[in-house]
Amino acid sequence: PGHGNGPMPGDGTGSAAPERVLFPPTFSVSEIKNKQRRHFMFLRWKQQQRKEKLALKKKRRKEREALGDKAPPKAVPKTIENQRVYDETTVDPNDEEVAFDEATDEFAPYFNRQTVPKILITTSDRPRGRTVRFCEQLATVIPNSHVYYRRGLALKRIIPQCIARDFTDLIVINEDRKIPNGLVLSHLPDGPTAHFRMSSVRLRKEIKRKGKEPTEHVPEVILNNFTTRLGHSIGRMFAALFPHDPQFIGRQVATFHNQRDYIFFRFHRYIFKSEKKVGIQELGPRFTLKLRSLQKGTFDSKFGEYEWIHKRREMDTSRRKFHL
Amino acid sequence: SPQVVWGMLGNRQFCSYKMTTKTQNFCRNEYNLTGLCNRSSCPLSNSQYATVREEKGRCYLYMKTIERAAFPRRLWERVLLSKNYEKALEEIDENLIYWPRFIRHKCKQRFTKITQYLIRIRKLTLKRQRKLVPLRRKIERRENRREEKALIAAQLDNAIEKELLERLKQDTYGDIYNFPIHAFDKALQQQDAESESESEREEDDDDEDVDKREFVEAEDSELSDFEDMDKLETSSEEEQEEEEEVEKKASHSKSKGKTPLKGPARRKRPYIEIEYEEETEPSTKTKAA
Repeated sequence: PGHGNGPMPGDGTGSAAPERVLFPPTFSVSEIKNKQRRHFMFLRWKQQQRKEKLALKKKRRKEREALGDKAPPKAVPKTIENQRVYDETTVDPNDEEVAFDEATDEFAPYFNRQTVPKILITTSDRPRGRTVRFCEQLATVIPNSHVYYRRGLALKRIIPQCIARDFTDLIVINEDRKIPNGLVLSHLPDGPTAHFRMSSVRLRKEIKRKGKEPTEHVPEVILNNFTTRLGHSIGRMFAALFPHDPQFIGRQVATFHNQRDYIFFRFHRYIFKSEKKVGIQELGPRFTLKLRSLQKGTFDSKFGEYEWIHKRREMDTSRRKFHL
Repeated sequence: SPQVVWGMLGNRQFCSYKMTTKTQNFCRNEYNLTGLCNRSSCPLSNSQYATVREEKGRCYLYMKTIERAAFPRRLWERVLLSKNYEKALEEIDENLIYWPRFIRHKCKQRFTKITQYLIRIRKLTLKRQRKLVPLRRKIERRENRREEKALIAAQLDNAIEKELLERLKQDTYGDIYNFPIHAFDKALQQQDAESESESEREEDDDDEDVDKREFVEAEDSELSDFEDMDKLETSSEEEQEEEEEVEKKASHSKSKGKTPLKGPARRKRPYIEIEYEEETEPSTKTKAA
């Protein structure tokens, strides 16, 4: 075997003397049977690669500086967000039609400050401990909300009762195998119903470095990245859960951040350390939602009119296409 | 003859409908009256036999007699029982008149049980039924993976901080937070209106004192957030330093509006640093209330 102990020839990257016509056979690192030596050779190879890469970078930077102003612009790396398939329902901030729609849709009374949100949180039948605790924590996060146990009551019968008692929103947390996995959010007086798949639920005690309990102050709301028409309506649904006037004294903020069709919910307490720096501390539960369907009226699985359903075969075909 | 049949099937376990367990023998025959494998309940080894079976919610009485033993197709005679429970019992009685007591009794028992479970079915279908939706493993895995990637791409903390700073810049918080640099920027934009700025300075004396105090302390950079917030809340308490600071302000030549203490202009002057250790929360609670 030609594996010597001396300096090994590299992978043919020009270390051979010019007299030799034939390059020595390249030993791939993975052919060495001895693990220690193989590991050693691999590390050496890796170092070499890194050096080359660094050299290349330096060269490029030098060229760029040499050119000065004439240098070609820096290449922007491609991300999924960059490459996103353009959705024609993207909302333009100045769109009048959208503004008009929003002025006359079901959330108009909320946004005109005519109604105060009052929310009912409930679960599916026989909730287990984790779900119950999650509901309680959610109730502390959302002001003016009440948790009621569902004792086998049909949703269709709950809804008229809720409307009679002036509730504006209904949240049903569906549970499976002792963990919450679904969320149905229904705006009550005849509003749209959204069905989400919920994942990564973390209760307060599972969050590291959390602060004290969320106080009774009304939190601010941040809605990020809801660009399309559908996203806009969902965003408004979320906004309608919270009262209109946040109490800045409480310094609490609830965030709904949409990224690639996943909506991340976080609840923080912030503090402005200075003009340009803010510190945030996570309180409160966290979870992620993925929209499954949006129905026009209140919850009705049989006769409801669906505005949008997630159809896997049609909508999941492209990795760059998102709907929210 | 039925005894021979039973001798073959029952005793010697040649019956394909027979299921044995540790304690019991069961009969899987669909015409069996009791479901157990007994001499009297085996439909194969009794030439005169009757059962009650239900189909699509209606109950029928099936009867088998010796005369038709040679015609397998016509062997079982079917009688539709009425929906009324008592009437059906009477029908069973009149059809099975002169039949052995055992069969009559068991038929009525079986009929009772069937009607009870039919009632239960009807009640349950009115209530909500749990629909089991199968998870597809590939899809679940794909969604989880995508969620993780989306979480990483989202950079939530940064996004939230950016948004909060944006809101601060756009003055949504009003007068609660007054940072001097922010004020300086605003003042820079109003460069021409110096008279305005002077009046501002006089009016917002208190606020500026708060700014000053706050800013200088941030300079020290060893203070915790807590203290900053303390300073914000307890602005009224450090009145003593007001005058000194006003003087210092006046000494600055190019003071436009709220004076900046930027860059080389910063001066660390000796002053009393009073730390107020307070719980902000109770204070905010009382304030909010």
